[in-house]
Amino acid sequence: MTDTTSGQPKPSQPVLVMRGITKRFPGVLALNDVSLECYAGEVHAIVGENGAGKSTLMKILVGAYQPDSGEIVLNGRPVHFRHPREAQSSSLSIIYQEFNLLPDRTVAQNIFMGREPVRRGLIDNRAMVERTQELLAQLKADHYIRPNMLIRQLSVAQQQIVEIAKSLSFEARVLVMDEPTAALSPSEIEILFRIVEDLKKRGIALVYISHRFNEIFQIADRVTVLKDGERVATRDINDVTASGLVHLMVGRELSQYYPPYAKSEDIGAPFVTIQNGGNARLHNINLELRRGEVVGVAGLQGSGRTELARAIFGAEPFTSGTITINGKTVRIDRPRSAIQSNIGLLTEDRKQEGLALKQSVRDNVLLAQRALRGIFSRVTRKAHEDASQLVERVDVRSAGLDQQVQYLSGGNQQKVVLAKWLATDVDLLIFDEPTRGIDVNAKSNIHEIIRQLAQAGKAVLMISSELPEVIGMGDRILVMRDGTIAGELPKGPEETEIMLLATGEQVSI
Amino acid sequence: MSVQSRARLARIRTFIDSLNLPAVYLILVITFVTAYLLTTLFGRGDFLSSSTLTNMMVRSVALGIVAVGQTFVILGASIDLSVAYLISVTAVMASYIMQGETSNIPLALAVVLGIGVVVGTVNGLIVTRLKVNPLITTLGTGLVMHGILNASFDNFVGAVPSSFQVLGYDNVGPVPVSVLLLATVVLLGNFILQRTTFGAHLYSVGGSEETARLSGVRTSRVIIGAHIICSLTAVLTGLFIVSRTGAGAPWLGPDGVYDLESIAVTVLGGTALSGGKGGVWGTIAGVFIFAILATLFNQIGMDTYLRQVLRGLIIIIAVAAYQYRSKEQAA
Amino acid sequence: MMTLNAQTLATLRQRLRWLGAIPPIYVVLIALFVWIWILNPNFSQSTVFLSFLRRATPLLILAAGQLFVIVSGGFDLSVGSLITLTVLGSAVMLDNDPSRTWWVISVMYLIGIGVGLFNAFVVNVLRVSSFIGTLGMLLALKGLALYWSSGAPAGYLPDNFRIFGRGVVEDVPLLGRLPYAVIVLIVFATIAIFIYHGTSLGKLIKTVGDNPQAARLSGVRVSWVRTIAFVTSSVSAVTAGILLGGFAGVSTNVGDGYELEAISAVVLGGAVLLGGQGSVPNAIAGALTLRALFTLLNLLGLSAPVRFVVQGIIIIGAAAYAAYSMRRSSK
Repeated sequence: MTDTTSGQPKPSQPVLVMRGITKRFPGVLALNDVSLECYAGEVHAIVGENGAGKSTLMKILVGAYQPDSGEIVLNGRPVHFRHPREAQSSSLSIIYQEFNLLPDRTVAQNIFMGREPVRRGLIDNRAMVERTQELLAQLKADHYIRPNMLIRQLSVAQQQIVEIAKSLSFEARVLVMDEPTAALSPSEIEILFRIVEDLKKRGIALVYISHRFNEIFQIADRVTVLKDGERVATRDINDVTASGLVHLMVGRELSQYYPPYAKSEDIGAPFVTIQNGGNARLHNINLELRRGEVVGVAGLQGSGRTELARAIFGAEPFTSGTITINGKTVRIDRPRSAIQSNIGLLTEDRKQEGLALKQSVRDNVLLAQRALRGIFSRVTRKAHEDASQLVERVDVRSAGLDQQVQYLSGGNQQKVVLAKWLATDVDLLIFDEPTRGIDVNAKSNIHEIIRQLAQAGKAVLMISSELPEVIGMGDRILVMRDGTIAGELPKGPEETEIMLLATGEQVSI
Repeated sequence: MSVQSRARLARIRTFIDSLNLPAVYLILVITFVTAYLLTTLFGRGDFLSSSTLTNMMVRSVALGIVAVGQTFVILGASIDLSVAYLISVTAVMASYIMQGETSNIPLALAVVLGIGVVVGTVNGLIVTRLKVNPLITTLGTGLVMHGILNASFDNFVGAVPSSFQVLGYDNVGPVPVSVLLLATVVLLGNFILQRTTFGAHLYSVGGSEETARLSGVRTSRVIIGAHIICSLTAVLTGLFIVSRTGAGAPWLGPDGVYDLESIAVTVLGGTALSGGKGGVWGTIAGVFIFAILATLFNQIGMDTYLRQVLRGLIIIIAVAAYQYRSKEQAA
Repeated sequence: MMTLNAQTLATLRQRLRWLGAIPPIYVVLIALFVWIWILNPNFSQSTVFLSFLRRATPLLILAAGQLFVIVSGGFDLSVGSLITLTVLGSAVMLDNDPSRTWWVISVMYLIGIGVGLFNAFVVNVLRVSSFIGTLGMLLALKGLALYWSSGAPAGYLPDNFRIFGRGVVEDVPLLGRLPYAVIVLIVFATIAIFIYHGTSLGKLIKTVGDNPQAARLSGVRVSWVRTIAFVTSSVSAVTAGILLGGFAGVSTNVGDGYELEAISAVVLGGAVLLGGQGSVPNAIAGALTLRALFTLLNLLGLSAPVRFVVQGIIIIGAAAYAAYSMRRSSK
């Protein structure tokens, strides 16, 4: 842990204050009366599990969202940004995980996009290059990044430095960085930290969102923990430990009712086995799935959960290892092979990947079945009846089977996707965030249905960012980290157990 | 190979790399050399004569001018399929107004340039405000022009005074006037793209409209501006064509396939169809490649219609190749 | 005396509700027919009407085929040139020898299937947008057609070939003289309706056009679906070509402009230009409406090229509407 005082007295007035921020979305209270203060020259880390409200808070700060209530005070004056551009010109910058840079333009052109220096009516290239050079020099990056290099020619870490330079060009006093080290190598992280130290010395306040505890303990001065849209605590970094943070981040009463777990006699023998599965984003995947069992998959964002689902389903297939179904080795190289092996996937983003929005409920439900049966298979009355039955079975509320699915609520849309797979007699169902964006009542509904499916003899793999859901539904839980399975927990673990495995903090309590 | 010649080769390679030329220039050189060899072996053998080369240049003028304009819209991630019909409209209107009298030239020029501005503005507005796909937009406006033109005229119209035909036929010293016009358009186009704020913003909008907007660029204005520039170049091409034919007719534009060919040479020149990347120097190289091929086919006596088959296929191949290449870079 | 009470009104309203479900295109079609009849009362005579229908059948068949491609989210701009290729190629191969007719027709269909497969290849494998890809084919096929016939309407079509477009069946009860073309239309339409609406194909095409990602993730063989769509469109072009060769004879520009007419027709009939919606009967109705519209323009004394203006406006209007409704539904 570094010495955070760095010889400077802490200024008395915070350069940034967010006070009483509340934000509601349909069906969910994203932020509830959250407050935050940042001082010049400090690195203020923000931690919280997925969905705790970190990114919502930052989006409100930079003006991408408007809060329902609360205020933001910058440099002692209240501000109200209606658009991220306004935030930027008021000395507040944010660097997202996906950079806002154009790959085919130069460093200088990107930094000064929209405000190119002009001389006698034409772009003053020389001035632009000179100023870019100065900015890069300030970051001590001028010997390997030149103003005339194309963004395309730079590594991710170098592009990030360009983003920082861009913020400096706006004379940012507050810089927000969202998961800045996600794509960096250890040596690049060191370079970034040196830059952060420099920025601190210059009196810039940095808000640092990350889930990598070792980095936070290395670079941050204070840390704020968000949980379920509320600020749980703000501590000096010297006053907390990693496991202490984890305990603050999670740990809640299981207030929602979940259907009972499977009894051990209802769980069958392994029916899908994956050995040594790997591809570009995953490695060492070994798991078994059994009929009648719901297996939960937990892990932090970027740990590889969705990649695992897509690999099993053949959307981003395994390139090494073997998959065995019912004793036979199968090759799943595209979704159609998976479907032919009776596997179904409910994707994270049902609107983009699960549904054809302008088609009817019936056509969406029968989609996979029709795809399997052949392009010229006959349209039969029996199929229509099957569709009606399935829709009833999963309890889809709609204005009839001919209604376009785009008009259904989120919960009902999800049920349509489920019905689609049931129409193809799946044996393994993979759910990726099954209840995201769905209101509370529909959530319970879907949980019931998932348990019923397991009881009917199907194997279920359920990925969720909501720890209560994973704990409530999982007969056992796989925890992923950095592209592999970090560990497995039996049913009903504590949230902290999951979180510790997910963050890699092997700390004994 | 000796150490010295290897070192010399390396120095040459470094020099070529530093010039930062688009890959198309390599293709241009290869095409030129191949054409020279083939015509010397199978054709009339006068490939390098001044008359052949001059012919090639003049052939490049019509396509070249409008291709510069097309480069602008494609850079902005848009496209313009209406240029062929606008060329016809220009040729007919100019000829109709001039009626063979030099005194009518200024009026004719004013009118056709005005039409160009209007067409470009309409194209730009439909794309940016009504949010219609640019392919469909310009296909539609082209059709409307086609209909209005053909409903009003069905044959050669009016006449162009010989003083105006200077543009089509005369030389300034050894250089044809038309080639000077092309050079001016290319240099001016390049200047706008590289030195003005509009040019920088055009590249930004083409690269990512969202990012450009977030940086404060007025994206609609930029796209409309690009469309106006494209239409104006189409007008210039129309004026050049009519200065050579002596009178305008409704089929002049479509006959020359200026819409598809201007797109093809732009893509061949390295400007990405998705926008944000490329420039007029590449396009001009593409134009020359097409001119060389046309001369080659002429000299070896290839059937006119087979040439057309090739034109169609080349367009498909050019777009496919550049898409493939850009995917490789992204990987 | 009859009393209208609330119950009677409600029953009446329920009985008539099905009227609201009629697609607007049919209403427009009937209205146009009525207007034409007012201007030319002969229109209601079966000979006149069937003659109108016979001249319209090539477009009706073409529209039925184009529908498949548009619903799948693409365009097929090569059909006009394929028509020309069919006519010119048949004329050259047949050279007025009736014994060859059947195998020449078979060869033409094989060529058509080949073109469809190639278009699908360009879209699926080369990943070129169907608009540009089929636009390139438009050029290439036209060149091929002209090359085959050496630039002039060569050869001659024998009577047993021309009967499809020209011939009539005499003494049909109720109708009098029934053109063969109408019979071909009925056969083609029946097959098209069957494979589109009677099998899963139509639903799968709609899904591919609506959301190809979701389709692929649901096990749909997206490439195959698109291939079938393009082949259907090409086959419809060959059929239309045979009919057109029948009654229009051999000419080098017989197919010009038909691709845009087909797209306008499909769009008029309610298919959305971004794909995902559309039906064969409605596309045919759209084509009928377009022909009726042209007939009407004729009767009103407007010259032929005005059709282009109309088409341009229809295409832009349809695309603007599609863009608008997509923005609305995503809010």
